[in-house]
Amino acid sequence: MADSLAVQISASAPTVDRIVRPRHGALVRVTHWITTLSFLALLLTGVEILMSHPRFYWGETGNINTAPLFQLPIPSSRDTVPTGYDYVLPDQNGWSRYLHFQSGWVLVWTGLVYVAFGFLSGHFRRSLFPARAELSPKAFSSAVARHLIFRRSREEEASSYNMLQRLTYLLVIFILFPVVVWTGLAMSPAIASAIPQAVTVLGGQQSARTIHFFVSVLLAIFLLVHIAMVCLAGFRKRVGAMITGGARD
Amino acid sequence: MRNLSRRRLITTGLAATAGAGGLAAAAKLAKQYGLIPPDGGGVYGPGETLTYVAQRLLTRHSLAREFSRTQISKSPFANEVVPLGESFHRLQTGGFANWRLAVDGMVARPGSLLIDQIKSFPSRSQITLVACEEGWSYIAEWIGVPLAHILDVVGALPEARYVVYRSIQSDWWESIDMADALHPQTLVTYGMNGGDLPIPFGGPLRLRVPRQLGYKSVKYITSLTVTDSLKRFGKGLGSASPEGGYAWYAGI
Repeated sequence: MADSLAVQISASAPTVDRIVRPRHGALVRVTHWITTLSFLALLLTGVEILMSHPRFYWGETGNINTAPLFQLPIPSSRDTVPTGYDYVLPDQNGWSRYLHFQSGWVLVWTGLVYVAFGFLSGHFRRSLFPARAELSPKAFSSAVARHLIFRRSREEEASSYNMLQRLTYLLVIFILFPVVVWTGLAMSPAIASAIPQAVTVLGGQQSARTIHFFVSVLLAIFLLVHIAMVCLAGFRKRVGAMITGGARD
Repeated sequence: MRNLSRRRLITTGLAATAGAGGLAAAAKLAKQYGLIPPDGGGVYGPGETLTYVAQRLLTRHSLAREFSRTQISKSPFANEVVPLGESFHRLQTGGFANWRLAVDGMVARPGSLLIDQIKSFPSRSQITLVACEEGWSYIAEWIGVPLAHILDVVGALPEARYVVYRSIQSDWWESIDMADALHPQTLVTYGMNGGDLPIPFGGPLRLRVPRQLGYKSVKYITSLTVTDSLKRFGKGLGSASPEGGYAWYAGI
């Protein structure tokens, strides 16, 4: 079996690389789906926790006796919060908090493994860091223009990421996820006691909570756009490639 | 399956074995050092244990942030106060002069302390943040006696590992480990913002644990039990919170 496969591969020597190297490496695939699961759990439980106090503040403190920065127009799971709705949702904070932190741990460890792998294996250099030429204003604007008119990806982009994808993934991996973890930890009174600067540079514990919310919204938007782009590019093929690896096409 | 070479299979197998072995060793170490929280069983056990271990490694001696007098919240929020019952109101009529804090368990001199005795101990005040798990918060000055001093007065035994504390509201009881119980900012408070501790905020007596969320700062406390195991209390999960679905360790 293995022998006949080897014969096949050597028989078509120029395409060896295409057949042997999957579109996505095993570690990228595994960390992608673990991150997906933990992120969905974090998003769901985050919304549940948020509903116990859908008001946001800036600075160190805020409660229903102080003016909010803004309040989401949703009902609450606490009858102490004035929402304008005449009903109170059931309290889901207990299990939501348990699952939020457990998923947070999974996300952080998975992210660390992925980032370490990305640097060591050359995955970031090869697939995510844009080439200097791509960052010139001319190349950048032409990439944006092509994206906006939904031009089908050029030949070389079919098997790698275009510049906009690269920048978006880098933003998510190196800015949005680290900031959402940081602002989450900054809400912890125990972490604040050990590393007070983690809170003070953000402007206070309530500021950390507000930033945590906005970055989570950005991550949710990324998820939606990511799924939309996968659908445009061919849902079965792209999702299949992220599961099995998929040969380079 | 075309990529599955023998070498890769062996590497993956070794990595998985090392990972599983590492996890088992970590769990054993955590247990040996008493770093498994009382609600560390069940599906959320791994996450809770990781959180508790990380916090104890990072924050055993750290001090909660203290604020300046100008940062004290002008409109703190006491949260809902459920009806306190007849025995509370009887004590309230007497100006809480007969409010007692019973101390028992692994102590050399069990007994109970009247509020005036507690007030005669050296006091400490701190301006700290109360953060509720729901998301709101306020800053207030808290005045009271370090719990460590009371444990010293009653002679807590060296084997002690946890302090269980109960409210006059019978369904509200909590516990903390000795790292928090002996922490200099963990106070048995009777004053707030320069005055007596108002009833909605937990008066006459509230245990303040400023490195954890508000629900660990139990209002209207009436008793402390020093113990080396939480198994015998309630359902053995450490406090009323896990019995109601909330985490025992509330540092985050």
